[in-house]
Amino acid sequence: MAFRSAVITFPGSNCDRDMAVALEQVSGTAPVRVWHGDAELPEGLDFIALPGGFSYGDYLRSGAMAANSPIMREVIRAADRGVPVLGVCNGFQVLTEARLLPGALMRNASQHFICRNVGLKVENADSLFTKGYSAGQEISIPVAHHDGNFFADEETLDRIEGEGRVAFRYIENCNGSRRDIAGVLNKAGNVLGMMPHPERAVDAAHGGTDGLALFEGAMKALASA
Amino acid sequence: MKIRVLVSLKPGVLDPQGRAVHHALEGLGFKGVDDVRIGRTVELDVADDTSDAALNEMCEKLLANTVIENYKIEKLG
Repeated sequence: MAFRSAVITFPGSNCDRDMAVALEQVSGTAPVRVWHGDAELPEGLDFIALPGGFSYGDYLRSGAMAANSPIMREVIRAADRGVPVLGVCNGFQVLTEARLLPGALMRNASQHFICRNVGLKVENADSLFTKGYSAGQEISIPVAHHDGNFFADEETLDRIEGEGRVAFRYIENCNGSRRDIAGVLNKAGNVLGMMPHPERAVDAAHGGTDGLALFEGAMKALASA
Repeated sequence: MKIRVLVSLKPGVLDPQGRAVHHALEGLGFKGVDDVRIGRTVELDVADDTSDAALNEMCEKLLANTVIENYKIEKLG
């Protein structure tokens, strides 16, 4: 059966096409493109992606406006039903602002915008999104962000670590994130937010293909579910 | 009714922007500045019968991110 995915575009998203290309490359089926003002998601989705960018010009806080857009009510409903949701970069910021994920993404500790490949350690290789990797595997994925400094209070950090919800950690902390956290899962494991861009590492011409396993692993797991 | 909402980072949350401004003040030769924290002011003009509960909800749902920020509501009349 065809893999049915959707990429949500907000005003100011700029990685939506990259995400759509990656999903099509891996699944063979082009994702449905959904606009932020749409009231409904297509039926029977297998996968929803929130792309990177600067939704609503980062007004108020990164992701804050998008988190309250009409389509996000539907995305939250779908996530609650167990539909896999991947948020990358601004998508991660939107997921925390929508309270689908814990914590918040603050200005990088260095105050600088960072745009380069970073080393990540796969912390949890059991989740839907990380099954294509092995636990402890080190991969290289590009980051491009100004607000990627993951913050949560100590109690929340202890809880998400205890529940195995840290998907990826920076090998070298590039932005000040608490406990080097680069990617976090929700409690049910069907929502992942991460600052690095796996969709920018799916073709040798990108300079690396370490992002492929995320999409391939998720699709394989969903196909056999 | 004019309302001013002051949004500030919670104590203990690192404020890189405040830190940079702190350094800049020191660079300008100002002495005795112990700390700088940067927040946001949101000015609202709302109907006179807007309830405190509604104002709080506006802050909780959108104006502040209570994971990292505190807010204070001031009624300016």
